[in-house]
Order: sequence, then C-alpha cells, then structure tokens
Amino acid sequence: MSESGFWTRGLFLGFLFCLLLVTDVAWGSISIPLGTVLSSLFSPESSTFSDIIWQFRLPKAITCILAGSALATGGLMMQSLFRNPLAGPDVLGLSSGASLAVAIVILIGQTAGVGSVLMGNWSVATAASLGGSIVLLIVIFISRFIKDNTSLLIIGLMISAATSSLVGILQFLSKAEDLQIFLIWSLGSVGSTHWGEVQVLAIITFIGLAIAFFLQKPLNAWLLGENYATNLGINTSRSRFWIVIATALLTGGVTAFCGPIAFVGLAVPHLVRLFIPTTNHKILLPFVMVTGASLLLFCDMVSNLAGGAQVLPLNAITSLIGAPLVISMVISNKQVRV
Amino acid sequence: MITSHQLAVGYNSNGDESVLLEDLNLHLREGELVCFMGPNGIGKSTLLRTLAGLQKPLRGELTGIENGKLSLVLTDRITATNMLVYDLVAYGRYPHLSWNISLREEDHRIIEEAIALTQIGHLKNKRLYQLSDGQMQLVMIARALAQQTPVMLLDEPTAHLDLNNRVEIMNLLRKLARQERKAILVCTHELDLALQTADWIWLATLNKKVVSGIPEDLVLNGAFDEVFQFKGFDLKTGKVEHEAHRNKPIRLIGKGYPYLWTKNALERCGYEVTADAETVIKIQTEQTTTWQLQDLTLNSVADLLVSLAKR
Repeated sequence: MSESGFWTRGLFLGFLFCLLLVTDVAWGSISIPLGTVLSSLFSPESSTFSDIIWQFRLPKAITCILAGSALATGGLMMQSLFRNPLAGPDVLGLSSGASLAVAIVILIGQTAGVGSVLMGNWSVATAASLGGSIVLLIVIFISRFIKDNTSLLIIGLMISAATSSLVGILQFLSKAEDLQIFLIWSLGSVGSTHWGEVQVLAIITFIGLAIAFFLQKPLNAWLLGENYATNLGINTSRSRFWIVIATALLTGGVTAFCGPIAFVGLAVPHLVRLFIPTTNHKILLPFVMVTGASLLLFCDMVSNLAGGAQVLPLNAITSLIGAPLVISMVISNKQVRV
Repeated sequence: MITSHQLAVGYNSNGDESVLLEDLNLHLREGELVCFMGPNGIGKSTLLRTLAGLQKPLRGELTGIENGKLSLVLTDRITATNMLVYDLVAYGRYPHLSWNISLREEDHRIIEEAIALTQIGHLKNKRLYQLSDGQMQLVMIARALAQQTPVMLLDEPTAHLDLNNRVEIMNLLRKLARQERKAILVCTHELDLALQTADWIWLATLNKKVVSGIPEDLVLNGAFDEVFQFKGFDLKTGKVEHEAHRNKPIRLIGKGYPYLWTKNALERCGYEVTADAETVIKIQTEQTTTWQLQDLTLNSVADLLVSLAKR
C-alpha cells in the first residue's frame, strides 16, 4: 500500500478513536449531553455532570485507552516473536501468575480474617504485580537455558496451566461469597480505577510502549526467524529479553489494575493486519495501539449500555464483540497470517 | 576471502560431541561460484551454518569472517507471507539502518539494483503468498544481494524447483560471481547443473572429509563415484546405464541429433548399438527425417521401435 493509503486509514482510525472517546464519556447509566461533556472537559467547574465525568467517566475512559493499547501491543510483540498467530500477551503465563496471587489474597485472605484490610484496589494490584513478576522472573531465568522461541512458548503455556490449576484448587476450597469476589475480578473491569491508579498504570504503559517502539527493528527481523535475524545484525538474545520485558510491563500493569482482560491482545493485531496489510512494525505499532484503545472503549460502552443499570463484565463483551468481528474479517480475507 | 584451517564442524550438546565434518582446509575466493555437494545428512548445512557464524566450530580456525561480510539464503521458510516483496528485499539493508529503520535514498537505490539484477521487478508489489517457489528463491537472493556483502552462502536454493527455474538460478549465481566479484557458496544436489556451472566443487565424502577441486577433475578421478555410489548412472557419459537385454546388436547409420536420440531410444529399449551388426538402420535427413530398416521406411522413432520388436 502507498504512503498516502496509510495516512488516510490512520486519519480514519484517529477520528473513530476520538468519537469513541467522547461517546464513552457521554454514555452510561446516566447519559450526559455531548456539549456538556466537551464544556466540562475544558472548564472544570463543579456540577453533577462534571463530577461524574471527572471522578468516574474520564478515569475509566483513560484506563480503557491505556489497557487497550497495552494489551494489543503486547499481543503484537508475542505474535511476531513467536511467529504464531495464536499468541497473545498472556502466553508468557503472566496473567495466570497474577490471577494466582490475587486468588491467594482474596480467597485465603478472606478466610484468614484479614480480608477487609487486603480488599483495597491497591492490595489486589500489588498482589497481581507480584504474581506476574514472579512468573516473569521464572520465564527469564528459564529462557537463559533454552535456545529457541518455541521452548519459551511451551514454558509459558505450562506455567499458565500449572498456576490455573492452583487457582482451581483455591476456588474449590473457598466459600461462595469469596469466590464471587474473585470471579468478578477475573472477569476484568476498567471501572474501578481512580486517578492515582490511572497515573501508575499510565507510567507503566508508557514505559512498555516506549520500549516496544524502540524494538521495531528487531520485531521486524524476528518475522524472518532467528537465523536471518542474526545474519541481519540483530542481537537476538538481547532483543528477545527486551520484548519479554516490554510485554510483561504492559500485560502485568493492565492485569494488576483491570484484571485479566481477554481477547484484545490476540484479536487487535489481526484486525489491524486485515485493515492495513503490512508486516512493518513501524506502521503496525501505532495502528495496533490506537485500535486496541478504540476496541476497549467500544467494549466498555457496550458493557455499560447493554445491561441497563447493571454493568456487564468486560471480558464477556470483549470476546462477544471481538470474536465475530475477527471471524467475519478472516472469512472475507481467506487466511490469517502473522 | 574465507579460509578454514583444520576446521571441524558438528554438534556439541552437554559435552556429547558429534563431529560431522573434520580436517577441513577450504578456500572461498572472490569471483568464484563454489558448489558444495554430498549426500543428504552428511553435514553440508552444518558447515554452511558454521561459516555463517550461526553456530560455533568444534575445532580449528576460520579466517575472513567478519560481521556484515556474509549474506545468506537458507532453507528456513518465511512464515510472514503477507509481506511485500519490496519489504523483504529491504531487509537486506537492516545491518546499515538505525533503530527506526528509515530507508535513505541510497538504500532504495541499492534495493532497486538487487531487484534489477535478479529480474524480479514485476514482483515488487506482490505479497509473498502470491509467489511461486522459484520466484520466492529469486526474492531471497535479491534480499541477500541488497546486503551488499562480498560473500554469499546459499543452502539448496534450487530444491523443489523445476528444471527451468533451477537453470535460471544457477546461471544467475554464476553471473553474480563473475560480474559482482562475489564469493558464492551453494549447497546443492543438482549434480548435472553443478558440473556445468561451478568454478569449484566441494565434495563431502563418506569419511567426514571435504574434497575440493574443479568439476572435471573430480569426475575423472572418480571422487564423485566414490561419494554418491551411483546405481546405474555413468557420470563420465552423463547417462543412465542400460542393460542390452534383448541381445540384438544393431548398426545405426546417421548423424547429428537424430542419431543421438535414436541411439538413446534403442539403448533404452535394450538394444545394443555397435559398428558391426547384421541389422542396419539408416537415418535419412533430407527435408524430413526418416528411418530405413532394410526395405521399410519409417516416419518416427516409435514406428521404428514397433517394427524392430516385430522381427
């Protein structure tokens, strides 16, 4: 495709993103007129609407943007590193590690009677980060002894399987009400973040995205496989290390504050590749970031609107919207390629 | 350009060493096309990978190998088939680009040159999944050319290709060696093509050595016969051996291609062609070619064979 083709589609995507951002802030259990949304964004005088916007809607929308772009970028990096269209940001086992840590905090913490102390957002986020980091350290430690990416992929999947079964055991032994708290966390949510958490998530995400952006050359080279990448002067073990670190930051940060959000990381890179047929990460990365943010904004809107007063779980919506979208695009394009 | 001294290649996993080829004293010189031959599994790819710096030699020395001096065409498949041909060739510039991979005017010129040399201009805007195997190999060679390295190593670039594509690629490689003064090493199983195009042959032998020489010497001293242990193929004549099972000697009179191919048909069908035989076939080549078998005049080799069989 020509340069101008990329620009046209980029502008279209940018416009779509802005539209989704504004409507996501405006729509919810209480609808706010678009004019009020815009005016309270630029002149923050206190009113009911502007309180809703500044205290609730805006942090939620920004969380959507951060989480969407982080997960999509993580998914893109994993698919390119492993040259596997089925890879997502969770293949390294990070989300499973985070889930296990959160399960321990919620399920065992409650039973031990310290639940009320531990139930805050920050303690769940801390637990999730710790769990994810421990898995990351294990993956990096093991990756020093293995030579190829497929082994890394298998190890990630095995860690996922092992931690998931531990979570299963914990769930089996827990009380019903604790189980429900954990279940709600595991369905993902962008609605429970406040400005302090958004700030931390933003810092983590920006670092991860910046690393990803600096990795565009090795990411492109990995598409040809390790031998060609080496011959093209890429330091394969160093770039693999940084790709893993960036993905871990992006996935770990999101999982800590929003729970394990499924599907976005797997689906968005495919959607982008069908929308703009390129394999160049210089173009793919920005498109994937904006598309990830847009998709999550859209899913958040649907989860707020579809259930009436009730907010539907985000994970259900991401998969319900994403799966048919990807299936229809795949059918019309015949084949999915990394 | 590349010289090896007492080089041994193979694999070493946890101290368990398996040597594939050893005592290698080889030279790869600029402007020469070297064909590296030998049976499957004897270690050709391993030596190539070692020369390319993708794996460490077990023993010995390699000189003349520096970073950015070699380009490769391997048997590894490119799975990202959505890629544009131009983008794949552009990978050749990566060693010269900074982190943000912006191609300069100079890089575009070099990419276009590589595309022109391999004559794939009409494929520039195609995607890899639209290419045939032969076109894909040309694109990979163009990518290697865009690296502008003095040495090119290729692992079976003609595998799975039809005769036309095989000849095209070997001719291209020879042209690149001559015109661009590159040192080119090709692992290949194409015996006939290698004998006709290579300046030099490396032949991996069954006792873990590599014999090197010009093609004709290796044919005449029987090195090829020893390695490949041909079953019913005579390398010196370049033909499959036939058993004269019909026990009917035939004298064939004629000249040029009709003579050559009639002889081929007779031998293939079990007749012995000798100078002193009772049965005589005369080939007439005035206006149309006809075959005379005693009083019969035949219009094709097939008719000739039928008439012969009836006797």
